[in-house]
Amino acid sequence: MSGLAIDKISMRFDLANGTSVQALKDVSLFLEEGELMSVLGPSGCGKTTLLNIVAGFLAPTEGKIVMNGHTVTGPDAERGMVFQQGALFEWMSVRENVSFGPRMAGQREKKWAENVDHLLDVVGLHDFKEKAVYELSGGMQQRVALARCLANDPDVILMDEPLGALDALTREKMQSLVLKLWKETGKTIILITHSVEEALLLGERLLVMAPRPGRIHREYRLPFADLGVGEDLREVKKHPEFGQRRDEILGMIWDMEEEIMGRTEDAQ
Amino acid sequence: MIVFLIYIAIFVVSFFVVKFVARKAVTDYTSLKTVTFGDESAVTPNRIASVVSVLTIFLLWGAFTGSKLVPPFLHAPGPFFGDASFTYTAEADDGTQDDATVTVRVFEVGTDVEVPVVEPGEGWAKNDADTVGAWRSGLIRVDDNDEKGRDEGHRVIAVNGEPIEPGGSVQTDFGRVGMSPKGTLNFEPSKGWQMEPIWLPAPEAVWDRFLEIASDGFRGSTLWEHLGYSLMRVIVGFFFGALVGIPLGYAMGLSDWFRGWFDPIVEFMRPVPPLALIPLVIIWAGIGEVGKIILLFLAALWIMAIAARSGVSGVRISKVHAAYSLGASKPQIMRYVIMPNSLPEIFTGARVAMGVCWGTVVAAELVAAEKGAGMMIMVASKFQNTDIVIMGIILIGIIGFGIDMLMRWAERVLVPWKGKG
Repeated sequence: MSGLAIDKISMRFDLANGTSVQALKDVSLFLEEGELMSVLGPSGCGKTTLLNIVAGFLAPTEGKIVMNGHTVTGPDAERGMVFQQGALFEWMSVRENVSFGPRMAGQREKKWAENVDHLLDVVGLHDFKEKAVYELSGGMQQRVALARCLANDPDVILMDEPLGALDALTREKMQSLVLKLWKETGKTIILITHSVEEALLLGERLLVMAPRPGRIHREYRLPFADLGVGEDLREVKKHPEFGQRRDEILGMIWDMEEEIMGRTEDAQ
Repeated sequence: MIVFLIYIAIFVVSFFVVKFVARKAVTDYTSLKTVTFGDESAVTPNRIASVVSVLTIFLLWGAFTGSKLVPPFLHAPGPFFGDASFTYTAEADDGTQDDATVTVRVFEVGTDVEVPVVEPGEGWAKNDADTVGAWRSGLIRVDDNDEKGRDEGHRVIAVNGEPIEPGGSVQTDFGRVGMSPKGTLNFEPSKGWQMEPIWLPAPEAVWDRFLEIASDGFRGSTLWEHLGYSLMRVIVGFFFGALVGIPLGYAMGLSDWFRGWFDPIVEFMRPVPPLALIPLVIIWAGIGEVGKIILLFLAALWIMAIAARSGVSGVRISKVHAAYSLGASKPQIMRYVIMPNSLPEIFTGARVAMGVCWGTVVAAELVAAEKGAGMMIMVASKFQNTDIVIMGIILIGIIGFGIDMLMRWAERVLVPWKGKG
């Protein structure tokens, strides 16, 4: 069975003061191969926890992740991860960063050189491959992170707010790049974001999560990611359904935030 | 006190002179900032001030030691040299009084001197002559050659016409004439404001001594042997300290058992000054090379262990996660992520450790050593060879500074990514 199954994941951890937090409760979903799913939710809804569990950095208290027919027990090259920022190795050049996965797997340069150079071309960093990563701008660094992940050829790419720290213009370009790479490589992608627009633009499936306990609130299937592959993202945003969906989801998250605020006030 | 006031005066005057004369013509970005007070980045060291500062130190040093490098009109008033004279009035038991002149030749200590020849003069009190070294004082028994001696109640009642009694003193043009409790005169020529070479030698005297020791050596070893031994001890001690300390720090950063086991030891030993270990190390290992290297090993060990530990703790978890997700194994994470990530911290630790080791080796040599920079200045101080002591201090400072510069350079070359993660 290919694809990624998230099977009744619950996550609960004890705090130092004796209470415990239910970060996730009974989260289940199935991702087909090649699907792009964006995950939205108010802060504290457990979306990063979910991603860390899928990546294998955290073990869930209940449930399991099944991928390619086996249960996930730890991080693995089959599940690549793109972090918000600061996860590049600044003691390596751009090319050494991108070729990190193949090199760790013991491949010779002859074997990976072509693919790595191709990926550097795709992300537009061909002229920068011998530069130190700390000499690059934030947007370029995230392109290195994307290329590094792709060079390792994972089955699933997990993105934890990869564009969150970028300025608006760079972000828009990177969104197009993510869509392009998704279409070209056919990878399964889970993308966590804070931005409703980004979630709508990039999410073939869009998961809205609710907090306390973290759970799936609603799921959408959207056409915008497919539209965005061939079209300018700004044109996609002018789509009438786009605006409608955006307002709907914004309202939904707004209500959740209100509810959290209300609850805290009650507690006081 | 006077030196301090002069120093402050030079500081203030040169500030205004430089501000007035050397108006900045540059219009770089920093000079165009209007808010400089409170903006640390706008404060760059004024190189003119640095030059004036160093010159001032040498100027004051030279002026107050009568250095030949400083033009004589800048010299602080020196001690009196030459023939000083004063008169005294003596009284005998029979009530008669008589005056006589004392001539004292003040000479530079260490040079030959002859007692000046004087006429005996009129009356029963005869003129006297004696010698006193500059910055010293001497008893002058004026009654020795007088016709009425102590057995006839000879006593001095005035100097230069001013009455004097046992315990008192009279200030003359050439210095102070005091009287001991027993009635003997004591002449102390005026010292001026200059320092005696035994307290502070002139800069050129230190330089001459440096050349002399550089060519002839000191206590059976050349100067380079003394400095080389100190450096060798530091390097060997630091090397072993790093060799054990860095893996220990890594282990403490990577394993809870190691962390728990060594935390109490490291945290206890870290605040213990290495100097406090000198007596114990001497008891255990003696004053030879082994003892010194053990001491420096201990000085470097904890610093390097803590640096390596914080280097491991300082690695961003996202980097480690990323490496695992890219399929790296634990040894690969160690080699390609944790070690390079901890290098900046280790270099900072190494700089601190080298500084501490250099200070510790000098201190250890002060206590006991056959060769070394510290031993050199310690032995010199016992013989009051102040010039060697000052030369040694300057050399120790230069080497310490050189070590630090070298470490900074190595850091720049080897870990260019420092602070850029």
